Amino acid sequence: MAGIWVFADHKDGAFRRVIFEMLSEGKKIADFLGEELSAVILGNNVESLAPQLGEYGAEKVIVLEDAKLASYTTDAYSAALTSLIQKHQPTVLLFPNSSTGLDVAPVVAQKVNTGFVADVTEIVYEGKLQFKRPVYAGKAYASIAFADATRPMIATIRPKAMDVADPQAGKTAAIIKETAGDFGDIRQIVKDVIRKASGRVELTEADVVVSGGRGAKGADGFKLLETLADVLGAAVGASRAAVDEGWIDNQFQVGQTGKVVAPQLYIACGISGAIQHLAGIGASKCIIAVNRDPEAEIFKTADYGIVADLFEVLPIMTEEFKKLVASA
Amino acid sequence: MYQFNEEEQMILSMVDDICTDIIMPRAQEIDIQDEFPWDIHQVLAEQGIFSLCFAEEYGGAGVGLHCWLKMMEKIAAVSCAVSMMIANVSLGSAPVVLFGNEEQKQKVLPELASGEAQIAFGLTEPNAGSDIGGITTTAVKKGDKYVINGNKVFITSGSVSKYFSIFAKVIGEDGSRKLSCFLAEKDMPGLVIGRNEEKMGLHGSVTTQLFFENLEVPESAIIGQIGDGYKIVFQSLNKGRLNNGAQATGLVQAALKDATIYAKGRVQFGNPISEFQAIQFMIADMEIGLQTCHLMLDNAATLFEQKSPDLMKYASATKVVCSDMANKATADAVQIFGGYGYCKEYPVERYFRDSKIFPIFEGSNQIQRGIIAKAVYKEYNE
Amino acid sequence: MKIVVCAKQTFDTEAVIALTADGQVNATGITLIIDPYSEFAVEQAIQMKEKDGGEVIVLTIGNAGAQSAIRHALAMGADSGVLVDDPAIAGGDSLATALILAKALEKLNPDIILGGFKSSDIAGAQVLPRVSSILNLPNVNVATHLEWADGKAQVTRELDDGVEIIEVALPAIIGAQQGLAEPRYPSVKGIMQSKKKPINTWTLADIGVDAGAVGAGAAKTKVVQYTLKEARKGGRIIEGEVPDVTKEVVQLTRTEAKVI
Repeated sequence: MAGIWVFADHKDGAFRRVIFEMLSEGKKIADFLGEELSAVILGNNVESLAPQLGEYGAEKVIVLEDAKLASYTTDAYSAALTSLIQKHQPTVLLFPNSSTGLDVAPVVAQKVNTGFVADVTEIVYEGKLQFKRPVYAGKAYASIAFADATRPMIATIRPKAMDVADPQAGKTAAIIKETAGDFGDIRQIVKDVIRKASGRVELTEADVVVSGGRGAKGADGFKLLETLADVLGAAVGASRAAVDEGWIDNQFQVGQTGKVVAPQLYIACGISGAIQHLAGIGASKCIIAVNRDPEAEIFKTADYGIVADLFEVLPIMTEEFKKLVASA
Repeated sequence: MYQFNEEEQMILSMVDDICTDIIMPRAQEIDIQDEFPWDIHQVLAEQGIFSLCFAEEYGGAGVGLHCWLKMMEKIAAVSCAVSMMIANVSLGSAPVVLFGNEEQKQKVLPELASGEAQIAFGLTEPNAGSDIGGITTTAVKKGDKYVINGNKVFITSGSVSKYFSIFAKVIGEDGSRKLSCFLAEKDMPGLVIGRNEEKMGLHGSVTTQLFFENLEVPESAIIGQIGDGYKIVFQSLNKGRLNNGAQATGLVQAALKDATIYAKGRVQFGNPISEFQAIQFMIADMEIGLQTCHLMLDNAATLFEQKSPDLMKYASATKVVCSDMANKATADAVQIFGGYGYCKEYPVERYFRDSKIFPIFEGSNQIQRGIIAKAVYKEYNE
Repeated sequence: MKIVVCAKQTFDTEAVIALTADGQVNATGITLIIDPYSEFAVEQAIQMKEKDGGEVIVLTIGNAGAQSAIRHALAMGADSGVLVDDPAIAGGDSLATALILAKALEKLNPDIILGGFKSSDIAGAQVLPRVSSILNLPNVNVATHLEWADGKAQVTRELDDGVEIIEVALPAIIGAQQGLAEPRYPSVKGIMQSKKKPINTWTLADIGVDAGAVGAGAAKTKVVQYTLKEARKGGRIIEGEVPDVTKEVVQLTRTEAKVI
């Protein structure tokens, strides 16, 4: 058997946009290789999620339900996926480059003795299928191909790197129900999950990100950023300097050691533009920088630079965006 | 040029990291607040920076002078004030290191090496700067003690030090006045710390007056012998002048770097100003000066390690070249920055102010030239 | 507790990346450092040793030049190093790296294994999970906090939108993320002591790895080509009074950039 598989990770009964991005790209891969596109759902009582995946292009949805899959553990998920792969032998298996995808994919790759490519931003269809991904903190890209006999080709896909094709309402997928074999010992005991949801869109999914750095000077500065973010429906991010100062939780750090974002608009406020921060924002469509220092590195990357104190700029910017959004 | 060994390279790489991560972000603030940066002192102590000055048997790292001077240059390039507290441990301890007895070394040097204590060099007086013969602080023997009276000015780290190398003239029963050096301690009655000076630059490095009001020190506080004062001063200052040379070289480096980056980014008449010949010449002169400073420091440090009799002449020449170059390079950097360079927003303004002390202190450049001339005359007598 | 840290040597994160004439990443003149993620793991290991005693061994794959990464860890406070150096390793992929580390770890037999969850250069993000699979040890990745007691570890693992606390029995493999432990700067004393600490060099034969199982010939993935990221085209600073400038920039997001 063959096929292109998309691991349809879900949370609170819904899929993040990256799943649809993967299905859209997966369809192209399926066409390129002349194979069919399937989605894989793991969980407990999750079959109801399957139809939506059909609308986004999955011809089949493999559903594996088990109480042990109700919440994620490395051992249970890798065991379940390994058994599915051994049974169906897909050609390609895509995961989102999320905390779950990045955790389970390399373990599965090892268990089925194949290669794995993380954080792919583009699929290249030239001769062999190639998985293009950023290396050296985004300063270069490596295009990676699998050896001929090496299957499945496993990769995680960076959110927002690929486009979503319009869903086809009413298009259905065949549902294939699988049963779990033996999970073996599940050695990771989840003692607690602490969601630090800010009530905002996630950084990696956001169309607009408003970020603050050392120039925000503290929690008061971040209040100004949040007010602007509210107007734009944006996520709030931060540079490492602001995280180190303790002004904002480290899950909001943008950069090489934090989140990599790819919004339409990135607004950098009081951020000097250290290379480690720039590594996380390079894929932004448009960057606005506000910084008092005209020599700040960020101005070399930003599309629009404002040399001024963010405390002066942000209240005005918030009002102006409010008008702009209202006029839409 | 001296080649740093693997340990020295690791040390200098660590110094680069703390300069970038810890000292640089504080440098401007230290300048504005003009208070001794104890937080930075603590980091330097924990990292073992002060230990680089001392031999292993006294808690030191046992590295050579080249590594010490390169460390100083790197730190001065981000904060000259911070480099002062380090240079001062070297100068202040020089009398003990060079002339102290074993007991004095064991008592003082490990505390200095760990950064637990600091030491000040107490030489200059209101009326005895370049002319140390004019020192009026006196010490009179009373039983098994010496009683010191007088006062000192411009004493670097005077208000933060535990130990003091104090120069005073011992008045003999025959009325003789012999310049001598004593090791005093902060808690000794009669040692009064005066106010900190308000200086043009080196804000954050404290410069203090000292008053001796019947300061009693034990006989064991004498460093070397009674009458060794001149010898101790000159040999201590040889090392001090190399420290100053390294600090000044740090300023040249900083001025060159900042001015170059600015010139490449600043556009006037439709071009980056770095493309104008007037700017290129200033940048090139800074680079020439930097290379000169590095060669002179390297050579003088080698002579120091070889205990060469020529050291004094070379140490003086190194101090003159590096300090004059620091003055010129920082002034040119301000010029390249134009109006922005005159504002405190850019650090070149601080470099300029900090550089002005280097041709003045630890033997003005005029005194240095006098030393060099005398050495030259002596060579042609022979 | 015997702690082994799997550490990698990488390019200085400030390094400018260029390609050679034949399309490879040009390493000439680039400063090599211990990888920042490895460094988080080294610091965590040293703190564990400082608290409970034990021993920290740094395990690295590379040529003799990689000793400097180990030396850095020794200067921070690790006790000894192991360098697996063998010409047959060249050109291998992550499966090969994982196999070599796993075999070396079997020989070292640690109570806990730490390492970076990814590296700052290639960021393959898979070596430790693969090692866990080979050695059949539990793995917790992207760790930002670690507590340990009574043969168990409680690991705070970073999620996309928060954290989870996971308990595993030791020995286990923990992949460090930034935040796990803030690396100390090696002190002068640490640096001087590091030269007295041993670094053992092992070949593939020493750890029982068949040369044919690693290296370019065995690789399951291969880089077809490297490309440099195009520099963002130089932006512009909008000059003028702050209210005017701000208003103009906001307008430009719609009229020119078309992102709002």
